[in-house]
Amino acid sequence: MNKKYGVYICTGCGIGEALNIDGLSAAVKKARKTAKTHPFLCGKEGVEVIKKDIADEGVNAVVIAACSRRVNTDVFRFDGCIVDRVNLREQVVWSHPKGDKTLEIDHTQMLANDYLKMGMARIDKILPPEPYKLDNFTRKILVIGGGITGISAAIDAAKVGYDVTIVEKEDKLGGYAAKVRKQLPVNQPYTGLVPPIISDKIRELASFPNITVKTSTMVARIAGQPGDFTVTLKKPGEMIEFDVPFPLPPEMKVDSNGKELDKDKLIELYKDYNKGKNDILSFDPNGEKFGAVVLAAGWRPYVPAEGEFAHLGFGTIADVVTNDQFEAIAAKGKILRPSDGKEAQSVVFVQSPGMADDKDFEYTGSVTSLVALKQAKYVRDDYSDGKAYIFYQHMKTPGLQELFYKSLQQDPGIFMTKGEVISVSKNGSGLVVEADNTLLGEKIQVKADMVVIGTGMVPVTVDDPVINLAYRQGPGFRDNAIFNGYADSNFICFPYETQRTGVYAAGCIRRALTMEESIEDATGAALKAIQCLESSNRGVAVHPRYGDMTFPDFFFQRCTQCKRCTEECPFGALDDDEKGTPKPNPTRCRRCGTCMGACPERIIGFSDYNIDSIGSMVKAIDVPSTDDFDDPPMRILGLVCENDAYPAIDIAGLNRLQFSADVRFLPVRCLGSINVIWIKEALSKGMDGVFALGCKHGDQYQCHFVKGSELASIRMKKIGEALASLALEVERVAQFEIAIDEFDKVPKIINDFVKLVTDLGPNPLKGF
Amino acid sequence: MTADKAAPASGSILVVGGGISGLTTAIEAAEVGYEVFLVEKNPYLGGRVAQLNQYFPKLCPPSCGLEINFRRIKDNPKIKVITMAEVEKINGSPGNYDVSVRINPRYINENCTCCGECQKACSTEVASDFNFGMNKIKGAYLPSDLSIPARFVLSPKIIGTEDAKKCKEACKYDAIDLNMSASTMNLKVGAVVWATGWTPYDANKIDNLGFGRYPNIITNMMLERLASTSGPTCGKISRPSDGKAPESVAFVQCAGSRDENHLPYCSYICCMASLKQATYIREQYPDAKIYVFYIDLRTPGYRYEKFYQNIKEDKNIFFIKGKVAEVSEDPGTRNITVVAENAVTGAKIRQNVELVVLATGMQPNTALAKHPADLAYNEDGFIVNDFVKGGMFAAGCANKPADVVSSNQNATGMALKAIQTLVRR
Repeated sequence: MNKKYGVYICTGCGIGEALNIDGLSAAVKKARKTAKTHPFLCGKEGVEVIKKDIADEGVNAVVIAACSRRVNTDVFRFDGCIVDRVNLREQVVWSHPKGDKTLEIDHTQMLANDYLKMGMARIDKILPPEPYKLDNFTRKILVIGGGITGISAAIDAAKVGYDVTIVEKEDKLGGYAAKVRKQLPVNQPYTGLVPPIISDKIRELASFPNITVKTSTMVARIAGQPGDFTVTLKKPGEMIEFDVPFPLPPEMKVDSNGKELDKDKLIELYKDYNKGKNDILSFDPNGEKFGAVVLAAGWRPYVPAEGEFAHLGFGTIADVVTNDQFEAIAAKGKILRPSDGKEAQSVVFVQSPGMADDKDFEYTGSVTSLVALKQAKYVRDDYSDGKAYIFYQHMKTPGLQELFYKSLQQDPGIFMTKGEVISVSKNGSGLVVEADNTLLGEKIQVKADMVVIGTGMVPVTVDDPVINLAYRQGPGFRDNAIFNGYADSNFICFPYETQRTGVYAAGCIRRALTMEESIEDATGAALKAIQCLESSNRGVAVHPRYGDMTFPDFFFQRCTQCKRCTEECPFGALDDDEKGTPKPNPTRCRRCGTCMGACPERIIGFSDYNIDSIGSMVKAIDVPSTDDFDDPPMRILGLVCENDAYPAIDIAGLNRLQFSADVRFLPVRCLGSINVIWIKEALSKGMDGVFALGCKHGDQYQCHFVKGSELASIRMKKIGEALASLALEVERVAQFEIAIDEFDKVPKIINDFVKLVTDLGPNPLKGF
Repeated sequence: MTADKAAPASGSILVVGGGISGLTTAIEAAEVGYEVFLVEKNPYLGGRVAQLNQYFPKLCPPSCGLEINFRRIKDNPKIKVITMAEVEKINGSPGNYDVSVRINPRYINENCTCCGECQKACSTEVASDFNFGMNKIKGAYLPSDLSIPARFVLSPKIIGTEDAKKCKEACKYDAIDLNMSASTMNLKVGAVVWATGWTPYDANKIDNLGFGRYPNIITNMMLERLASTSGPTCGKISRPSDGKAPESVAFVQCAGSRDENHLPYCSYICCMASLKQATYIREQYPDAKIYVFYIDLRTPGYRYEKFYQNIKEDKNIFFIKGKVAEVSEDPGTRNITVVAENAVTGAKIRQNVELVVLATGMQPNTALAKHPADLAYNEDGFIVNDFVKGGMFAAGCANKPADVVSSNQNATGMALKAIQTLVRR
């Protein structure tokens, strides 16, 4: 790209009053660029000035020194041009006092000068992105699981023209939905049970020529990347060479002293561990091509361990069963006792294991309460004198499902009470259930023919990765442990986001759901799969950087095969070969730049965001020394997450909160993308301190790229050695957490750090 | 080859309502490649969640996700946002709707830079609806810190006053147009998603719970604003009568919900909301006593259950199964006595507290006013979806009471339902 620069300085919104604009223009001139000023740059006339230069002068590299890039985004978007927005408004004049010209140092002016120089430095170093195009692209969607969720997802995607294949490990479709006697209502008014809807769904599915069904089939491996997955399918129980290899478990990677084994030994062990399986980088020539995956593999009934619910008689008394076992009995016909086949006219449903706790059983949800209500209704449907008792701690029928609960409350044969079941024992051929702290009295006893315990629905991802991704980081979703084994998203706002691009979970694999909820969830997952396909085809990123056309570029000649990028990518986008050279999979990538931050050789970058572009911005900052002033001000670099920290600083400015003008903010895509070299450069050129400001991490992480802020904090801690080699105190480098709504904390965080650094004294390297 | 038949990006989608559900439907559809019109009645986007301090169970700020969503909108020319607008009329059939949208005057045009000079010039103060009237704001104001569009608005209450003229004179950018009047915009769309959300049930209607009579009885949504940094007290939770830090707080669950006289259904979020709000109080007041009066604690699923179990560890939070029957005020201290019967022990409880929070439920906006469209509603005013007919769909809490995560799941799916309507043509 032959760059023709244009620098435009807005003097509106107080910028012109607070700053010496001639001074800024002079700085632009010094960089051999020309500046134009306008009192209202975002207005029609102001924008026209820029557009005219683009049209007449061929300007294509535009620096706009005005408001934050978070506003007027559309106004300052110029097709075919690269644009940098220098934030003179929110982060300079709105958050700092007007410089006092009578003093030796005009801090606010210096801040503006630096930001302008940083913007010009960046525009020098970036290029317009060119989208990554897949060599092969397929629009086919793979749905794993042929239960109600999978079937719904397949139909929803097929309706808009996509080819879909459902794989189901059982020999027929339907999943649990085909095993129930009746089901909960899926529609308003939610008052009665309905016959299972699954056969209608299967019939509807059959009417779509673009849906292929493969029963008795499971996924051996999914290799490749969104838009171009190569999938090997197999029969359950088969062992094949394209079964996915597993990474070595951590304990196998170390010797008896806990020291990491050397590379060759690790390779040998890995091969041995995965004997008979092809490596992830060897693609199945007979594999089927898919573009995206919906994971709807569902759940299995919880199987209590031996003696786990002994106090409830489970395991010792034949007529004490789980809700799943009860459903199987009910599906066969009239409800009969397992022990002697006698009619079970009185059934007690236990919703909580008790033991002085009001918790429900593990892996339950509102669906478990609803199932108890449903099964109580079976008893009443089968026997006119039948009685059902439900002991619950909290009847969990939220939302409109309350209406179903209410409809059963009218039934004189169904008794429901809060209460703790203490014991279940045999009484002749029947049972006696003893409960405490009920609404009917302290200790009560109920005679029953059967007892049903409301155990939960275990997501199958607890047992098995299911998706079997041929990814170097491993075959499953990472961090399912945070979610009790569910393939859930950590994000409330973005419930379909997982750490594996192009694979979207739906249904009971992400939490215990009713069929109605599962059907709904399936539609959302189908949409996300379609969206991922279309984005991959256009060469743009998916959420949260949807539309970003950049992707990481590697300068492989200098790669030392350290594997850090492969290991640290939150999305498993990189697979390395035996030597450790990373193989990028750009459509798996979410463009956070964590690989760029990880790389010690600095060989990874994006066209508009790279080691050089950010490094040059750091270098553009003036570091005054005693050559310039008797008492030179501190210079501190603040590397800030553009998703939360940068907006928080803007909002602080919007609210006219004031903070030290000694800090230069530099927005980064994610703290994970911070390369230590920038920090070293800042310090070796004499800056007095560096901090990173980003999202919260830990189990409740708020980082939009999952791991970025956490990885940054690890790297920040490790930087101590480098500082020591420069004879600098470790306190000069820090990381702080901030949430976007904590804008009121911005001044304190900044000012406290400036004070800390000031107390340490100037960087001794200053002026050299 | 499937290339030609898959989802052609033609036809556009109208999303009504710019809260979290509407934003989700609009953005998800646009990121597949469809053109979307997003119509919002308020001068800002974000809806109900914009008023929340934190989400349960992560205790993270809703503005974090809103910021990302707003960036997705700003970066995506396929989404056209129309604020201060309401659908006036809609005719047609699936795939082909003519919509007229009424746009109410903002009195501030696209020249606005958010410099804030009009606000400085304006002396009239009006009650803040955003903060449920708990404070006053200038008649010229920015609706929220994340405001999208980033543009001030003039309260209709100052139009025609000297103040309005002063605002106009103060504006250097000719952004104030006092003659602005309502206008109509006509749109042709193929599908419509109604994400018109909910309103907190009017606590004044629950006579026995004293709201409106006693200042120290507030609603859960008011507490969200009190806890928010951008709220009327800059985030300090204090009781309305005297600004005192409450040493004891009672949460009254099912204030209107699960009640034949008010809302027969469960409002889904209030149990978790109160537990979350207990953490707000605990954060600010380590020793405050918290009493939660409930019928059932509905914390379904592993994440909510875990949240509840953690809160239960707090020895200064007391859970009482019992519906609050009445409240009274001590006129001297303005403390409130909450009367309930413990459903398990049968004991009558009279609990004196300094602040009462009513966990009021959600009522669909369509219970208060129906849309000018051919839609089916249930008895409580929620829109019933008809997927066979298609064309128009309800997303989020317009369809049923739901938490944010379920609303987002639902709203994502509704984007596909809308696209199905377009493709079927």
